[in-house]
Amino acid sequence: MSKPEGGLIIRILGEGQFDVAEGALDHLNELDAAVEAAIEADDEATFRPALHALLEGVRKVGVQHQVDEIDESDLILPDGDASIAEVRELLADDGLIPG
Amino acid sequence: MSMMKRMSMIFRAKANKALDAAEDPRETLDYSYQRQLELLSKVRRGVADVATSRKRVELQVTQLEQQAGKLQSQAEKALQMDREDLAREALTRKSGLNQQIADLQTQHAQLQAEEEKLVHAQQRLQAKVEAFRTRKETIKATYTAAEAQTRINEAVSGIGEEMGDVGMAIQRAEDKTATMQARAGAIDELIASGALDDVTGTGPGDDISRELESMSHQSDVELELARLKGLSAPQAPGQLGAGQAGAADPLSKQAEGEELR
Repeated sequence: MSKPEGGLIIRILGEGQFDVAEGALDHLNELDAAVEAAIEADDEATFRPALHALLEGVRKVGVQHQVDEIDESDLILPDGDASIAEVRELLADDGLIPG
Repeated sequence: MSMMKRMSMIFRAKANKALDAAEDPRETLDYSYQRQLELLSKVRRGVADVATSRKRVELQVTQLEQQAGKLQSQAEKALQMDREDLAREALTRKSGLNQQIADLQTQHAQLQAEEEKLVHAQQRLQAKVEAFRTRKETIKATYTAAEAQTRINEAVSGIGEEMGDVGMAIQRAEDKTATMQARAGAIDELIASGALDDVTGTGPGDDISRELESMSHQSDVELELARLKGLSAPQAPGQLGAGQAGAADPLSKQAEGEELR
């Protein structure tokens, strides 16, 4: 296992895993809160830029996690194309891996 | 709880649910590996399917572009014969085709993006599956069933997350492809039904070329007649203001020039 010391692994769905230093988390949490608010308000117009800002934040502070390392992520984020409905589905209880 | 946190927990729970604990935990490793190989071939098929759809759209764009090109030359020919009405009709149909071409090009870009994503997903999964196979053998060889449990759990849930991610990417690609297949099917039907053929006219059903052709026969005849009579070529039939020499008609102008020489 090669978890970064004091850091986290964040997965962006459809994109892969990133190693992110702990110190960057506060900023990412702010961006995350904006996304969450947009989902609660069901506001697609603010949701899209908020999600993109969050993903961009992760890409900016993170470095790509070693591809052939099998590690669980600490945090998982939706695909940048995902709609509010799709994100809601991700937060609901259905099977993920197709038969 | 933050969205990121909640999503990770639910995602993990879902990914792990797929793998029931076997009696000997080492069997879980084999079972998981089997699932990984299945998913790998599934993602490969997914890439091939998206590529097929993309190529189909490419072919349609080419066909429609050819037809638009034909309409363009028909419009030019019609104008040369002073038939603005026919030229207008051809250009109107061409503009309809251009709209369809633009839509198809948008779809093409989307399919291409989906294909790239899926190829990357396949590469990531491939790397992880290979790493898993190595680790699986190490765990089996080195540890007793009881000792192996923690390591197995780590490996299996780690790869389960990747599998969940890839599974979703396949699903998304399938959904997108299905939508586009339906639209592509509609366009194929349109082409096959002759609705577009009529417009651009390869066959006898093409009204614009038919009319242009008959006009060009007529004007050939008129030119020939004029030459025989030693007169300047008259205007094409059905045209008003025939009295003024055919200034608008390049063919009769040319004929006149030849007569004067």
